[in-house]
Amino acid sequence: MTASLQHPGYDPERLLCVAEKMPCRVSQAGTLLSLMGEPAQYSYPSIFLYGHRSTGKSHVINTLLMDLELPHATVSCVECVSVGLMFERVLLALFGPDTSTLLPRSPSLSDFVRIYRQQAPLSPANQTRYIVIEKAELLRDMDSNLLPVLVRLQELVDDNVTVILLSEIVWDRFRPNTGCFEPLILYFPDYSKGDLQQILSQDIHPSYSPELYSAFINILLGVFYSVCRDLRELRHLVRTQHAQTPAGSGSDTNLKESDTHKLWRNIEPHLKKAMQTVYLRDVSSECSDVVFLSSGLSAHAHVELPYYSKFLLIAAYLASYNPARTDRRFFLKHHGKIKKTNFLKKHEKTSNHLLGPKPFPLDRLLAIFYSVVDSRVAPSASVFSQISSLVTLQLLTQLGHDDQLDAPKYKCAVALDFIRAISRTVNFDIVKYLYDFL
Amino acid sequence: GCDGGEDTHRLHYENILIKCLLSKSLQDELNRQILEGLLHFIKRCCSGPRHTAGPWEARMRASEIPTAALVLGVNVPDHDMTFQSLCELLQQSVTPHVACLQAKECGALKSLMRKVLERLVGSAAEDEEEGDTHPHPKGAHCTLATLCEWRHTYLEAFNPRVLQDFILICSRYVEQLPLILVFGIATSPSTIQQVLPHSVSSLLCIELFQSLSCTQHLSTVMDKLILTHYFPFKPNAKVLQVLVSIFLYHDFSVRNFIKGLKLALLEHYLNQPLSVLCCEKKEEVELNTTQLSHRGLESVRQLASFRRYVEQQQPQEQVALLTSDQHMKETCKKLLKDLYKYHKNYYPVLRCLHALTCSLPRVPLGKQIRELHITCLEGNVWEREEYRSAMQLLRMLAKEELLRQLRGCQDILKLCRSTKMRASLERLQELLDQFERLDEAKPETAANEGMTSPAKSMEKKTDLFQLQKTLLEMKETRRTKKLSGFEILRNEALDFIDALVRSHLVPPETQPLHEVCYYSSSALLRRHLNATPRTSIQTALSSPYHYLQNDALLTEDGGVSNAAPDLCIVHKLHLECGRLINLYDWLEAYATVVSAAEGKDPESEEYGKVDELKHARFIQAVSELQFLGFIKSTKQKTDHVARLTWGGC
Repeated sequence: MTASLQHPGYDPERLLCVAEKMPCRVSQAGTLLSLMGEPAQYSYPSIFLYGHRSTGKSHVINTLLMDLELPHATVSCVECVSVGLMFERVLLALFGPDTSTLLPRSPSLSDFVRIYRQQAPLSPANQTRYIVIEKAELLRDMDSNLLPVLVRLQELVDDNVTVILLSEIVWDRFRPNTGCFEPLILYFPDYSKGDLQQILSQDIHPSYSPELYSAFINILLGVFYSVCRDLRELRHLVRTQHAQTPAGSGSDTNLKESDTHKLWRNIEPHLKKAMQTVYLRDVSSECSDVVFLSSGLSAHAHVELPYYSKFLLIAAYLASYNPARTDRRFFLKHHGKIKKTNFLKKHEKTSNHLLGPKPFPLDRLLAIFYSVVDSRVAPSASVFSQISSLVTLQLLTQLGHDDQLDAPKYKCAVALDFIRAISRTVNFDIVKYLYDFL
Repeated sequence: GCDGGEDTHRLHYENILIKCLLSKSLQDELNRQILEGLLHFIKRCCSGPRHTAGPWEARMRASEIPTAALVLGVNVPDHDMTFQSLCELLQQSVTPHVACLQAKECGALKSLMRKVLERLVGSAAEDEEEGDTHPHPKGAHCTLATLCEWRHTYLEAFNPRVLQDFILICSRYVEQLPLILVFGIATSPSTIQQVLPHSVSSLLCIELFQSLSCTQHLSTVMDKLILTHYFPFKPNAKVLQVLVSIFLYHDFSVRNFIKGLKLALLEHYLNQPLSVLCCEKKEEVELNTTQLSHRGLESVRQLASFRRYVEQQQPQEQVALLTSDQHMKETCKKLLKDLYKYHKNYYPVLRCLHALTCSLPRVPLGKQIRELHITCLEGNVWEREEYRSAMQLLRMLAKEELLRQLRGCQDILKLCRSTKMRASLERLQELLDQFERLDEAKPETAANEGMTSPAKSMEKKTDLFQLQKTLLEMKETRRTKKLSGFEILRNEALDFIDALVRSHLVPPETQPLHEVCYYSSSALLRRHLNATPRTSIQTALSSPYHYLQNDALLTEDGGVSNAAPDLCIVHKLHLECGRLINLYDWLEAYATVVSAAEGKDPESEEYGKVDELKHARFIQAVSELQFLGFIKSTKQKTDHVARLTWGGC
């Protein structure tokens, strides 16, 4: 990756500086630059950049535009709750704060184009203007004419402007039914192992020598590369694992620089442990003196619930996973003899736990609740309000409309392990009541 | 009220209410640890280089938003208070820019952003120098000002989509603006992963804070408010049971528990005229007793506990009590003083007994002191099976264990100032000294080691069944066996504890004038706190007399009379139908009933005929029934409605 960034029309020294800021992405930047052409030249109306998360799309484009001091506007679609907001941002960045006030309330696309055309001659630019739109996939959910207009904005406003769309998904998924102008498509490939090594080695910790740090990164990549290629996650791993290394914990500082074996021996157990929780982001109290919890995020910390809430949840679970016909067998004292094989319908032979929870009406939930709870419970308001708290806690889900009067239906949203833990705390043997385990 | 003393009466009520309100500061106290941790975290995040670990750490996490996850448990009503005090704390000590968000306010990203900006910019208006505000030019849209302290009370309730977008936006600005998020989590921390996809959660640098569990919370409140003689108002066993069971079974909310207590307090002062005597200070009690009027004294004489007291007196004393108001007042003073003393001794002994028994295998007397307290309030605790088995277990404790627990009792008694407790403390001290001396005399007892071996082997066993078995064996051998010095002393110590319990843990009902302090209408409290709307509606519909108190509605068999409101009649008739109800049949039946009520002749042609008025009344009643949720319209069959309740008449 020694290719340097060169393009006529830009200051070579500055380009060198830019290239340094984007390791392993110089070739993509070069392609981009040649697409953009010299500052004064007209550029292609729209460019579509795509590639996985953290492959440097935003970084490359923003660094180029910032450091080469090209006129540009960057907006992220997440932020733009309305199109108006996006127009405001663009006008603001390109023509200064006064222009955006010209926009009427809830502006339309044509308002935007009109004002753009008004303003462009007032501040004539001899350079191409760029509009960068991040998270462009969200454009698809906005007005249907927005995307087609943006990709050929140059024509509409009659100005030297280029729209650059950034996205994680391919252009094929964008193309509207009616078809539209095709932007130039540029793919950002994932970083290779070597690239990652190079990039991660740049964040060198002051207490390491470059060789040792590089060896540390090498070990880390050797372990995690097969499961995780996300640069951001790897960075996180580097940080958490660093705390485990001798230099990080500050215990043994006289580790010899060439002694990678010793390094490996030191961190191997920690890496193994971290392997279990890649992507899970264990909540760390590493930098906190007050440690409150040892179990961390990934551990399924037990949930404290009031007594009746537990039984309501158990009843909901039973209602979700038992066929309604079997309620008689489980909850009536004199149910007669019903054998599993006799009253099984064919399609019910598959485990209900494989099929997932089924919806049930409130009545059934309460009927089962009254039958499993060991004491007599008055149907008080708080019993009912507990059902809705369970819904807000996302332990139950309510289906359909919110109309409480109209026989609402629920589903139980907890797993078997969870409900077993809950029923153990109230001495209720749930497995005995589950049809699947009969 | 009790004559003239209305004002003082109210004063006392207010005094005690203030005590009750202090429980808020009590809760703050409980939350202090977690709040301080949080504050520390936030301060660290705000101050320049974000992490103490140095610039390297800071650079590595530059793009992450520092986030605190506050695991609060499911007792949601209490959280408001926690967040409120956190908000205040932050505004005082860190920054004025604090926005607190409730899930219900933020249905969509737009409204969420508006709320955040309103709350942040609202306070930032004067503080321009701090906010490097990006003007979003329209309206009030100024972007995120400095420190956005952000709180999702109760993360689970948020629309995940909105939350994700919000975090993405925040992360775009985090390099320019110091932002900190605080999430409140009701269930478990893993919900963060359930709610947020990895792409979003990786933007957060989460630190976890765990609050005290709500049961611990309750124990502290109980300890400070109820298990102390400073607080003159006492709920009796049943009332306490109601309050605790609402807490444990229904909501886990300490705030609601205190509310319930306040309600009981209000009821007590409102309905018990003698509550004027329920005051904190001894002098006040004396003063109020002296000021009691004849009527007041009469109501004292009618108290069940007082009558019982009178019956135990000598005949001439009885006469004096019933006739002389002056003598009566003196006696009242004395009795109230006794009641005060009773409380002063009751709580320390209760604590001692709890300290002794709470670590026994299977905890026969309950793990929490409140359980023991309720047991003691209910009746003579020493007559219960649980107490006996606890005592038996105590009589088998090994020396170290026993000594440790007796020392615990000693510490409890040291805090008391009543003469009786002083004496008990001395006695306990004496016993402990004897135990110590036993150690020195040990060589002598080594001689009869062979005899004590069964006792020794037993000390190791913790299983109850085994214990009982060996206990039986012991009983047999005991007759023949000489007790060792330790065993004699142990029995002595436990006899002493037993005597303490028997003399001080008598239930309050045995004390004369206990009605002054004890509130006992648990049924009323239950009705108020644990409303049963469905039962009430059912009662109203099936026996309208219960609420309307109109004699015309009375029927012999308890059924619904013809004169009852239309709604009741329609309800009664609908009970006789199956799951689907034919509207026309229903109308006919209704018309017949109403005609009978109008006193029409059954033979006449008019009888049971549907006229416009009846039709309209029927329709109204049916729609009311629908509104109450008993029926709903259905498409299964024309002209039918579906019943939503089961059961018939």
